[in-house]
Amino acid sequence: MRTKQKEPVTATWTIDGVKEALAAKKISARELAGDFYKRIEAKNPELNAYLALSPERARKQADKIDVLVAGGKPLPPLAGVPVAIKDVISTRGTKTTCGSKILENYVPPYDATAVERLEAAGAVILGKTNCDEFAMGSSNENSAYGPVKNPVAPDRVPGGSSGGSAAVVAAGLAVASLGTDTGGSIRQPGSFCGIPAMMGSYGRVSRYGLIAFASSLDRIGPFASNVKDVATVLQVIAGRDPRDSTSTTAPVPDYRAELGKPVKGIRLGIPKDYFGEGMDAGVQRKIEAGIEVFKKMGCELVDIRMPHTDYAIATYYIIATAEASSNLARYDGVRYGLRVDGDSLLSMYRKTRGAGFGAEVKRRIVLGTYVLSAGYYDAYYLKGQKVRSLIAQDFHEAFTKVDAILTPTSPVPAFKLGERTDDPLQMYLADIYTVTGSLAGVPGISVPCGRIDGKLPVGLQIFGPAFGEGRVLQLAHAFEQAGGASV
Amino acid sequence: MKISREDVLRVAELAYLDLSENELETYRAQIDEILEYIGKLNELDTAKVEPMAQVLTTDQQADATLREDLVVLCAVAEDVLKHAPDPEPPYFRVPKVIER
Repeated sequence: MRTKQKEPVTATWTIDGVKEALAAKKISARELAGDFYKRIEAKNPELNAYLALSPERARKQADKIDVLVAGGKPLPPLAGVPVAIKDVISTRGTKTTCGSKILENYVPPYDATAVERLEAAGAVILGKTNCDEFAMGSSNENSAYGPVKNPVAPDRVPGGSSGGSAAVVAAGLAVASLGTDTGGSIRQPGSFCGIPAMMGSYGRVSRYGLIAFASSLDRIGPFASNVKDVATVLQVIAGRDPRDSTSTTAPVPDYRAELGKPVKGIRLGIPKDYFGEGMDAGVQRKIEAGIEVFKKMGCELVDIRMPHTDYAIATYYIIATAEASSNLARYDGVRYGLRVDGDSLLSMYRKTRGAGFGAEVKRRIVLGTYVLSAGYYDAYYLKGQKVRSLIAQDFHEAFTKVDAILTPTSPVPAFKLGERTDDPLQMYLADIYTVTGSLAGVPGISVPCGRIDGKLPVGLQIFGPAFGEGRVLQLAHAFEQAGGASV
Repeated sequence: MKISREDVLRVAELAYLDLSENELETYRAQIDEILEYIGKLNELDTAKVEPMAQVLTTDQQADATLREDLVVLCAVAEDVLKHAPDPEPPYFRVPKVIER
């Protein structure tokens, strides 16, 4: 018999769509979560994007939402919205491995503030997403639990380090997700998987419960299928948290109110320094077409220079590895995670860390310890901190002339699995356009900007000044509405 | 060559990190290449540049104040110990530290 079964329709849910469907009683939150779990069961074995699921927690939360619906009560902003959390963000009672063997069985005794806030806003947490080990990587191939496949092109990487968080949204296995960005780890996978992905300003989102990689750079931010949903999730997680002294009290504006405001006359900087050698010709064509869209909308394009851009990767890999070597000192086999027995305390430390960490993490610990060690501190770490000032200065100066900056998110589209794993430096260079904003502390979004030959997604990056998230979202939304995703 | 085998051994010891012979040579060569690349920072004269020790600007920092120092109930010890590799409540057990 050759009765060909119809492909199941993959509904692309949006946050508003979920809310309307719930309010109209077309579906219950419990049924919706169930549908997502069914889809995850079918697709995840191939994608490897989820590492752990939390169906009990999801059901409990969904039932709470269904009670609100039944009682005709007002629904919170993320009521019943199925979301996924990157596995470096703590979830009480659900394994949080950081993609590492050293935390293979770690179950956090508390929730990260961002997770707590999502749930308080009605979101249903489906599970934890795969990522590069301790968020160190640009392809998700450094996960101890295997690489994630790009749902758009399964022979290719989804980007990293938040590859799983990007893939689940792109594949319709979550409506939104949280990732973390240290040097591009939200924006680059967003660009590789063809969805919007945002990193707010340093200090905008609480990092309480985020397992630290590089504390002067790490930020939590959202992925979603459209810019409005990105704005909605950021709204929920942003704002001061007394449990994170680096989270600021700067007021959180109503981001959704910024969307739809006219963009005519907004000055956009185009830094020549981001359009140099090494950029894929297909990416360049799409980005140029994307910039044209802004021009058509009446934005004013301004040529600017950011002369220290070329030094950003070198600076980043000093600072990020130095901080990582310090942050990762806590994995000693004493309080949590893996322990490999040794005949003394020190030998237990050495063996545990040697066996528990993967290659990229060890490489960065060695490099980071080296640049901080006696005799090398001034030449590397201090030098890096000084050049970081110059890179931040590039942004300060640019924002005296323009309101936002447009660049490509990545010099290349999603590359093939295995293509770059043997050459760490080549892998690092994939972050060349994203690390600058990370070092400067400014917000940035990657928004879909066409697909090369109709296949591989390209991301356009929009940087705003510190705490200028509203402007960044406004521009990204206008671009999306003007058909930016299909230039 | 920017980094020697001895340097890597010394640093691995500082970081309490066991490396196999194979890892030692692989990382040495890769880190050497990375340090070579990082060397491009020397093109910049930074004699008069202040290091960026804080990401937030001064007025943003004033925002990011410390919370009030209040005693808050935090009864997670049992839960925490449950996940320790070798707990002996209320302690974590480790290999013998002091030889007698």
